[in-house]
Amino acid sequence: MVDLWSGLAQAFWLVVTLDGELVEIALRSLRVTLSALAVACVIALPLAAFVAVKRFRARRFVIAILNALMGLPPVVVGLIVYVFLSRSGPLGVMGLLFTPTAMIIAQTIIIVPLIASIAHQSIRDLWQEYHDLLISMNVTQGQKIRTLLWDCRRALLTAALAGFGRAIGEVGAIMIVGGNIDHATRVLTTAIALETGKGEFALALALGFVLIGLAVAVNLAIHWLGRTEREGAW
Amino acid sequence: MELFPMQARGIESRRHGQVLVGPVDLRLEGQGACVVIGPNGSGKTTLLRLLHGTARLSAGRIDWACSTEEARHHQGFVFQRPVMLRRTVMENLAFPLRLRKVPAGEARARARDWAARVGLAGMLERPAPVLSGGEQQKLALARALISEPKVLFLDEPCAALDGRATREIEEILTAAKSNGTRLILSTHDMGQARRLADDVLFLLGGRIHESGPAETFFNRPETPQARAFLRGDIVE
Repeated sequence: MVDLWSGLAQAFWLVVTLDGELVEIALRSLRVTLSALAVACVIALPLAAFVAVKRFRARRFVIAILNALMGLPPVVVGLIVYVFLSRSGPLGVMGLLFTPTAMIIAQTIIIVPLIASIAHQSIRDLWQEYHDLLISMNVTQGQKIRTLLWDCRRALLTAALAGFGRAIGEVGAIMIVGGNIDHATRVLTTAIALETGKGEFALALALGFVLIGLAVAVNLAIHWLGRTEREGAW
Repeated sequence: MELFPMQARGIESRRHGQVLVGPVDLRLEGQGACVVIGPNGSGKTTLLRLLHGTARLSAGRIDWACSTEEARHHQGFVFQRPVMLRRTVMENLAFPLRLRKVPAGEARARARDWAARVGLAGMLERPAPVLSGGEQQKLALARALISEPKVLFLDEPCAALDGRATREIEEILTAAKSNGTRLILSTHDMGQARRLADDVLFLLGGRIHESGPAETFFNRPETPQARAFLRGDIVE
């Protein structure tokens, strides 16, 4: 309990005094996670819409795989990305291992299935509602997907926020591919793991509170920007 | 470009081995309103969907005077339960025009014009899903007519509407008919059928049981089933 209060107090002072190291780590966390989120959304949202509207033989299989991959173990993803990016791996020549880019790749792989699965549910429901109208308007496949993505944007925001939540709190994969290198690949979660390992529980808790604050702040900001709950009806 | 005459030859719709509609042979010319009537389950909606191309033919073929692709481009469909895009009234109206790459400014101007014609001018920025049933159906009708289709299919467009909304919808349909849009609509409302129809298709058991000019059908029906239906008897 003492550690908890001490952690809260330390978190308060770290934030109030704009501690240089904290700011650096927090900004790197945000940069890595938001980059992974952006890349994942570009892949997952059109994929979800395509799977919702297109009838093809392996469709059910693809949906089942996407759902199953929502529970992808991050450590295994980290390990696989590590193997690919390591010097002897197929992409080793790119020299990405232990860089923020490697962390972005790992996080993207982890959250694509999550965002795609959640988005697919929403888009599929909307497609059922719009099906007859869009078919009667003779729209192309591309127009169908664009219409559904746009009209489903608030539900897709929720999918993206779920992806953000998973990515910002992720530690296993980015520890493996990032290496937790000071001033290079250290982010809030890996710093928390490090401080806990050193027995610095108060500092670890302080970083944890900052992480929670950051996650809540980004969620609120995205909700505000997305005008969620302000236009009713849809 | 001419869509008519449209010729349907032996068209059928089957589901799980059961025939829903057909075989139907039908020739439609390009003027006036053709009203499809018949008891529940007679296949009115399915026939409209087959003709429009949104339901798959199990057998037979439909030939328009132009290619099927071009014919689809000049058709509209209004559903019994209007489907509203989760957008404003303005965006709903402009949607078909934007699909056809009409510039945004022109699309908005035409949307404003159509909103005024159907009495929705004061609601342009309101979300379409919150409109009343009558307003939604008027919006659906305007959205279908805004791209000036040569043929408009309507599946019981006034089924759930009150008298005032029904009258407003019929006025819009009459105006569209005068402007040269071919109307093909199904209805349960015999009064509406008498007011709007130039031709009648009477469906029974998925087949066209009787057809012809509205005046002849309503005043001198040929078959006992049609006479019974017009009397309001139960017809199977």
